[in-house]
Amino acid sequence: MQAIAYQSAKSIDEAVSVLRQWGERARVLSGGTDLIAQLREGRRHDVEVVLDIKSIPEARELRYSPGQGLYLGAAVPCYRIYEDAAIARAYPALADSAALIGGIQIQSRAAIGGNLCNASPAADAIPSLIALGATCEIAGPNGRRTLPVEQFCIGPGRSALEQNEFLVALRLPSPAAQSGSCFLRFIPRNEMDIAVANAAVALTLNPAKDRITAARVAIGAVAPTPLLVPEAAAALIGAPLTEATLERAAEAARAAARPITDMRGSIAQRRHLARVLTRRAIESAIQRAKES
Amino acid sequence: MSERVQIQATINGEPVQFLAEPRQSLLEALRDELGMTGAKEGCGNGNCGACNVILDGRLVDSCIVLAAEVEGRLLTTIEGIAQGNHLHPLQQAFLEEAALQCGVCTPGFIVAAKALLDRTPHPTEDQVRHWLAGNLCRCTGYDKIVRAVLRASESTEANA
Repeated sequence: MQAIAYQSAKSIDEAVSVLRQWGERARVLSGGTDLIAQLREGRRHDVEVVLDIKSIPEARELRYSPGQGLYLGAAVPCYRIYEDAAIARAYPALADSAALIGGIQIQSRAAIGGNLCNASPAADAIPSLIALGATCEIAGPNGRRTLPVEQFCIGPGRSALEQNEFLVALRLPSPAAQSGSCFLRFIPRNEMDIAVANAAVALTLNPAKDRITAARVAIGAVAPTPLLVPEAAAALIGAPLTEATLERAAEAARAAARPITDMRGSIAQRRHLARVLTRRAIESAIQRAKES
Repeated sequence: MSERVQIQATINGEPVQFLAEPRQSLLEALRDELGMTGAKEGCGNGNCGACNVILDGRLVDSCIVLAAEVEGRLLTTIEGIAQGNHLHPLQQAFLEEAALQCGVCTPGFIVAAKALLDRTPHPTEDQVRHWLAGNLCRCTGYDKIVRAVLRASESTEANA
């Protein structure tokens, strides 16, 4: 691995100033489970400085209230999500993702924000963030801006961050009453693997709990970026909770998938998985909404 | 650029100062700068757990932590598990269950299991297997390792 400098920023302004100074030669470090591995494997020769954001208060904060929703600092590690009972109950799909990214050792360090910024098509947190309607809070030389999370990834490993910008935090709206969500991933092993395909669903039921009033469906590892699938949500919203409704939504996810064949799976297998995982995630989200 | 930086941390209860290059991983600093060779490099990319240490109470892969990140923090390594000549119940159980062959993965498994028992003194077999999913063994197989962890968890000293 090449020589690098290490800088730990204590504030957003300090981080932006380091980014301005180093430009594309700087790379932001949160949990490091992608970045340090990439550096060590010689896949990031362009990096001369790693900028640690874990000492920036806004990047390490995790705060939830039913009124305000979730504030998730970009450097908050996975375990803090699933070990917080109130957060895990309000955002079960996010807790599902946080609990299956790598093993315990990875979850000690890996941040949901880092998973997003790494922008892998197979990222395990991104479909959940999309389904749960997360918004990115971004800081840069021109100040702050926000971006819906489904617009953040623009290609494999590529994000909508402009030069010298970094992700500070994610905000997730409070779930409405009778809401549930679920994230599912298919891997050949039981643990510690990269998704062949994944899917996340967040939905809200009416007070009688027999109809879906709001839904968002996202799928991953089946396109160059994780995808929001509005057609799948449209098939669910307002429709009766029947076999046919669920199948229409799952089929919409299959139709939206634009996968490739690689060492992990084929186009046909991934399309099939997009349908099956979406179907199962809907069922689980409905169940969780009924129990909520 | 490759200037060495001074790092202070508490390792196995002792305050320690050392110099490391910013590019060095915590694992490299432990092994090459501090002579603590208990943690092993297996994969070098966070998949195998052979380099496991406990950092501020959380189990981490030291190969994908930068040494510079541990400034001011608390570290427990395999060298800090035994109390002098008195083996930790996990170490004793690994011996009694013959839960090792080549031994390269063993320090990582013991540190990982220590982190589990610190949080969950009496885990179920499923909890042990789930917790150890980030540790790979290529010779013994996992049954003996899981048995050793469960055996250690029955010892009243396991949390000592």
